[in-house]
Amino acid sequence: MERKEWPLWEIFVRSKNGLDHKHCGSVHATDARMALQVARDVYTRRQEGVSIWAVRAEDIVASDPDAKPELFDPAEDKIYRHPTFYKLPDEVDHM
Amino acid sequence: MGAPAMTQTTPAHLEYVLRLGDAALIHGQRLSEWCGHAPVLEEDLALANMALDFVGQARMLLSHAGVLEGKGRDEDTLAFLRHEGQYRNPTLCEMPNTDFAHTMIKGFLLGSFNLLMWSRLCGSSDEALAAIAAKSLKEARYHVEHTGDWVIRLGDGTEESHRRAQAALDMLWPYTNELFAANPTDDAAAAAGVGPAWSDLAEDWEKAVLAVLKHATLTVPARTPFQSYGKFGRHSEHLGHLLAVMQHLPRSFPGATW
Amino acid sequence: MYTQALDIPPGEQPKRTPDAVENAAYQAEFDARIDAGATIEAKDWMPEAYRKTLVRQISQHAHSEIVGMLPEGNWISRAPSLKRKAILLAKVQDEGGHGLYLYAAAETLGVSRDDLTEALLSGKAKYSSIFNYPTLNWADVGVIGWLVDGAAIMNQIPLCKCSYGPYARAMVRVCKEESFHQRQGYDALLAMMGGTDEQRELVQDAVNRWWWPSLMMFGPHDADSPNSGQSMRWGIKRISNDDLRQKFVDATVKQAEVLGVTLPDPELKWNEARGHYDFAAIDWDEFWNVVNGHGQCNVDRLAARVKAWEDGAWVREAAVAHADKQAAREKAAA
Repeated sequence: MERKEWPLWEIFVRSKNGLDHKHCGSVHATDARMALQVARDVYTRRQEGVSIWAVRAEDIVASDPDAKPELFDPAEDKIYRHPTFYKLPDEVDHM
Repeated sequence: MGAPAMTQTTPAHLEYVLRLGDAALIHGQRLSEWCGHAPVLEEDLALANMALDFVGQARMLLSHAGVLEGKGRDEDTLAFLRHEGQYRNPTLCEMPNTDFAHTMIKGFLLGSFNLLMWSRLCGSSDEALAAIAAKSLKEARYHVEHTGDWVIRLGDGTEESHRRAQAALDMLWPYTNELFAANPTDDAAAAAGVGPAWSDLAEDWEKAVLAVLKHATLTVPARTPFQSYGKFGRHSEHLGHLLAVMQHLPRSFPGATW
Repeated sequence: MYTQALDIPPGEQPKRTPDAVENAAYQAEFDARIDAGATIEAKDWMPEAYRKTLVRQISQHAHSEIVGMLPEGNWISRAPSLKRKAILLAKVQDEGGHGLYLYAAAETLGVSRDDLTEALLSGKAKYSSIFNYPTLNWADVGVIGWLVDGAAIMNQIPLCKCSYGPYARAMVRVCKEESFHQRQGYDALLAMMGGTDEQRELVQDAVNRWWWPSLMMFGPHDADSPNSGQSMRWGIKRISNDDLRQKFVDATVKQAEVLGVTLPDPELKWNEARGHYDFAAIDWDEFWNVVNGHGQCNVDRLAARVKAWEDGAWVREAAVAHADKQAAREKAAA
């Protein structure tokens, strides 16, 4: 049989309820059930998680690193979006 | 484990717990042999996790057996310093790994049995045993899922994997007779509410197992008169070799602690 | 760990087809980022030599974890108590996990795990030569935890800050898990040293055999380590071989004392002026012999990996075949 590598899956783990799923690594698996099982065996051996997402790596769409300037730089000067931009009197500054 | 009812441990009760403990011990030992040698890295970790579950169960069960016995034997004394004929695991547990199909078929057949066993033992009159069962039940669910999925992949995979899975099933199936063989120990344990007579689990076990084997396109072998007797202390030739390896250090250095 | 598959949407071509002019500009940008201590991510432009060096280093590291399962795995079936059996099994499994994290990090650089595996099995790729020494008694397991993992941690902690993001993140995870390996190895040795004379002899025997190979793990002297300079410049390596080795010796002497074993080096003594321990010259002939395939276990280790891979081929094929069948059935049903 011709060589066929097992597909790659990206694994995201929620460490506890109330927190987001966070990318923690990848596994190779031939189907979704296997991906979840081995993700459990690889990435939650020390009770690191309560929920796992497995996503076929080839299904992920990522932004182009070359597009960093047009995608992300324009937010740089919008400092009025941040709470620290507004100076309030000390008595009410906890607002 | 809480203090057990020391009032009267019947020999059947002790025997019943020893069977469970030895089954976990020997199956765990076999699974651990895969560590570093599995077909794919992900599965290497999965097999080690299952082995760890069984070693953990063996520790709890043998400790409990030691307490029930009341002669001061702890988990390690029981695990390492008995003679072959004193082990009470079903013969199926000690069968060699041979290939990945044997390990998965065996793990699935035993796992399906354990799943039924632990769910019944959650209501054991022996509270310590019930607590062990509650923990082990969760582990067994995962074992059945993982090994069952593999049985299906191998059975319904390539021509070679089907052939190997069928060969493993043909080889191991006769040893499942032993699991359900009626005997006085089971009757006494069941009567005392310690746990089910194993023969009571036969019907549910067969139903669960056959469904997966069918999905895997495997042919269930016909029942034959073959009988094995591991849980009564008469084992296959394989156990002696397994014990020779496993017991090597405690036997070579009597009295040493590690 | 991002992968080479994390790509821009299909249909768009990458803009950076590096012609010479662009390369120079990108190179300058890359150098500036490295100098500023910034992290390089998988899809960022990087010089080909940087990428190659990383693939070589990360995959060697991954191979070392996988081959490293074998010497200690040799004792799982013979562990002397159920507690020690569970601890050892979990530890060897961890090493497999570390190999997996690292292969995934290497895969972000556009190589496949199967290709890396084949490089290992064909003998083209190297792995840490420490694993070509045999484990001959139970104390070897403890000594490997204490000395070999101890040396590995010293090598690895600086890598948590290396310039390549996926590698650095994998190393953070590895180091977190690795730190308990050294403690558990030491713990196993303490138990033996508190036991019988025979047990203490086993520990001393193991220390005698593992001490020098552990020191060799830090690699050749800085003067004989041609690639070190470039790796330092790129932030793939942070501290020199000799500095790390000295740090390891300084830390270990006290641990040996507490344990009650003798490190097999009569020249080992505190040098007040240097503020460090002096130690005897390392036998580099032995080091290179083992690196070049003439250690006691080189053949066995590779053979074990080849066997596992070849015996597993039908299993890997079956899983693919089943997934294909399932997909076809789902398609037919839709």
